[in-house]
This record gives sequence, C-alpha cells and structure tokens, in this order.
Amino acid sequence: MALKEKERKESVEPPTSSLADIAFLLLIFFLVTTTVDTDKGLSLSLPEKGQVTEVRKKNIANLLINANGQVMLNEEPIDIQMVRDRARFMLQENPLVIFSVKTDQKTKYDVYIDVIDQLKQANATRISIAEPEF
Amino acid sequence: MKFAKKSNVKSGIPTASMPDIVFMLLIFFMVSTVFKESSGLPLILPDARKIEKLPGKRNVAVIWADRSGNVSIDDRLVEVTNIRHIIYPKVADPLQPLKLVSLKIDQQVEMERVTAIQEELRSVGGAALNVNYSTRTAAD
Repeated sequence: MALKEKERKESVEPPTSSLADIAFLLLIFFLVTTTVDTDKGLSLSLPEKGQVTEVRKKNIANLLINANGQVMLNEEPIDIQMVRDRARFMLQENPLVIFSVKTDQKTKYDVYIDVIDQLKQANATRISIAEPEF
Repeated sequence: MKFAKKSNVKSGIPTASMPDIVFMLLIFFMVSTVFKESSGLPLILPDARKIEKLPGKRNVAVIWADRSGNVSIDDRLVEVTNIRHIIYPKVADPLQPLKLVSLKIDQQVEMERVTAIQEELRSVGGAALNVNYSTRTAAD
C-alpha cells in the first residue's frame, strides 16, 4: 500500500527548470545569426525622361571624366581630390550652381563614384547626370 | 530588539520572470532576423566617404552588375534591356510599392553599362528614379 501511494504523488508535469536554458540557447543563436548590416551608399535622383530644364550657363559647372579617370572642371584639368574644395568654393560664390557630371563610355565606375562622393562632401545637392552623348 | 526583525527580509532578485524576459528577447530577434535572401554577384563595391544609410531592406530593388558584364535582379541574370520589365511591376505594386533602387555595381564596370541601367530606370520613372549607389565606407 505504501508503494502505491508514493507513485500516485509523483508529478506528471514536464520539468520546466531547463526552459530558461533552452530559451537562452535559442536567443544566442538568433543574436549571432542576426546581421544588422544596413546597406549604405550615395543616394541620387535620376532625372525624369524627357524632362528638360533650361538652366543659365553661369549656374552650370561642367565636370567631365574621361576614360583614363582624369577630371575636368569647367575646362580645367583638376585632381579628383581637389573637386571637393573647388566645389565648396563655387557653392559659396553661387549657391545655385548645378554640377553636371559627364562621363566617357569607358570611364570606370569607381572614378564616377569618387567624383559624386567629392561633390556630396562639398554638400552639393544639385548634381545632374548629363545625358550620354553617344 | 524589535529592529532585528527587519534584517530578516529576503534580498534576492526574483528570477521567476526571467524565462519570460528571455522569451520576449528571443521573439524579437526571431522576428527581426532576416536571413540573406539573395547572394547576388561577386563584386567589389567602390569606396565613398559621404555615405547615407538605406532606410531599410523592404521595398528596395537591388540591381547587381559585375565586371564581366552580368546583370542580376532577384537572383536571376537579366539583360540590361529587360530591366524595365522587371522594375515596372515593382513600382506599380499597389501593396508594396518600390521606394528605392539600390545599385550594386563593381568598381571596374564601365560607365557605358551604368548609363544603360540608369536609362532603363529612367524609362520606368517614378520611384525607380531614386537610386542609391551602394558603396563601402572608405578608410581614411
């Protein structure tokens, strides 16, 4: 009789003491696998197709990039690293200035990004990507 | 002598709610975890300094272009001239309209190709005009 009573009193609930351990294990798994790497880059708005805006010539700064990665700002060759300071100076003189970036077909993308980056560093907001002429 | 009673107060931190807290964290991470959906193409992004963070990964279309001339959207290789047909339904989607196009282009790609992609996006118009040139952070 004594034996039977003992068996009945045994709890039938699943053990919950390890629940926290299991939850922690899962938590650590998700903590480790979560990647919070947000994409980053240079944002720009492309011009709408067929949209032509007439701009005064004095408000335009022409930036030409050739296939070898050489840059010309308003007909003068310029070092890429100097574009920022030059652009900043031009913006001080005329805040309405629009930087028109024109590239050659064979220009490398990283040179183009360099130039856009330099303009962004000069806080130029009016950047235009000239329609390709080829 | 009566003061002695106070020292008998238990000062342990209650741990009964710990699993609840842990589960809450767990659920948060489960929900916010985004496993990498697309692997894209192998490429080296250009470096830039004045970079902005993208607001999120939702409603963003990613166009990959590597140096050997492949262009890929949503894990499928596409012709440059077909980009408009893929992007347009995304822009016109009434439930999840596209907000931004992220361009992941290798640094050695020639501008000819970049321009071709941009011209495709321009022909779609609307939200497809908002582009982001994906870059790495330049080391000073």
